[in-house]
Amino acid sequence: MKNTEMLTCFQCGTCHASCPSGKYTSLNIRKIVRDSVKKDVSEEPELWMCTTCYNCQERCPRGIKVTDAVLTLRSEAVKKGKILPAHRKVCNILIETGQSIPLDDKHLDIRKKLNLRTDEVSWKKARKEVRVLLRSTGFDELVKR
Amino acid sequence: MTKLSLFTGCLIPNRYPGIERATMFVLERLGIKCSYLKEAACCPAPGIYRSFDKITWLTLASRNLVLAEEKRTDILTICNGCYSSLMDANNILKNDAGIRNEVNSHLAKIGKEYRGTIEVRHIIEFLHTDVGVKKISDAIEKPLEIRAAVHYGCHLLKPTRERKLGSSECPVFFDELVEATGATSVPYESKTACCGAGGGVRSAMLETSFKMTEYKLDRIQKAEVDCIIDACPFCHLQYDAGQVELEKSGKDYNIPVLHFTQLLGIALGFTPDEVGLHLNEIVNLKFEEKITKIENGNKNEK
Repeated sequence: MKNTEMLTCFQCGTCHASCPSGKYTSLNIRKIVRDSVKKDVSEEPELWMCTTCYNCQERCPRGIKVTDAVLTLRSEAVKKGKILPAHRKVCNILIETGQSIPLDDKHLDIRKKLNLRTDEVSWKKARKEVRVLLRSTGFDELVKR
Repeated sequence: MTKLSLFTGCLIPNRYPGIERATMFVLERLGIKCSYLKEAACCPAPGIYRSFDKITWLTLASRNLVLAEEKRTDILTICNGCYSSLMDANNILKNDAGIRNEVNSHLAKIGKEYRGTIEVRHIIEFLHTDVGVKKISDAIEKPLEIRAAVHYGCHLLKPTRERKLGSSECPVFFDELVEATGATSVPYESKTACCGAGGGVRSAMLETSFKMTEYKLDRIQKAEVDCIIDACPFCHLQYDAGQVELEKSGKDYNIPVLHFTQLLGIALGFTPDEVGLHLNEIVNLKFEEKITKIENGNKNEK
């Protein structure tokens, strides 16, 4: 990633010390973002261990947009087809239903009992339009890679 | 007061509909006019889609924003993920003409155009700023003398440059709302730390995400609270279902988890069942007894 902002990092490690995921995983946010300036990090599994909590970005004394950099690095990895199976599954659910967590029969029943709206006409229209948009942006092709 | 459209997202209507029920009760009771954003779809969830492809993320978010523009209302969210996606997308689209044109070229295919005429709100900051702690406190029918662990959730506060709700290190506005219900917001270690669910970590690395949840729950348990109060259904799911998962490794928390609208609903006179507490994984009878006792105590006083 050609992001010159990263070159202003003076390696204090505040980002890594603030990282909730780094406590339990091999994610070293300072290292991966720094490495991304000089090499391709698309293959590194750590890229997907970030919860995007923004602690690193908020606390960086140089004001580097660390979390935003992770998002950019992830999209570069996705373009190369580096997609975790679980994420690919969620993307396909979005393409099919227009939602990330679609309504199931159990919760449809609960909604009815709670007297909450069940509006199949609006939901169908939403589903259709989302599908048109995902085809237009090339998202359906992107997640097939 | 600005007109509002309620954006419910996916997780609340489809997994925790009690939160939606509570939200409707609370808005009605406080006299806040708010109607559904009927044809809305996924916000789309920031963790995965924003990571995957920025233009796709912005295009789907803009469709939801345009639905509210057409109604001439602001959007009211009840989830930190929806708030984050819709607010960040709205800011990017308002400020970057190049990106806006690109997104509009996609929207044209469904006959829509993003104009940038509305704002995105989160119910917590909306209640604090536009309704106010005093009005909420005055409306309370059953002051809830309970100890609560407040969990803001990351994307309600951060990135602070976008949210403009003050520092994310020691925020107070959510605690003030919780205390308006009569509850005590109990301080606990690592209060603003992440629940572990975000960024696609829960969906792809469930066990890792629960390690972060365990870290939080251990500290919440130490604070001897009656319940956890959150502002986001994803944090809610992580704490609620997470406790059940962590029981398998010998943990015993049994801490009820409530979205703020559920707590406020109870304080405004609705029963725990009416606001859907029984739909949680963790159902703590002692907590419900305590709430019922408060309800009955108040009835006797009247």
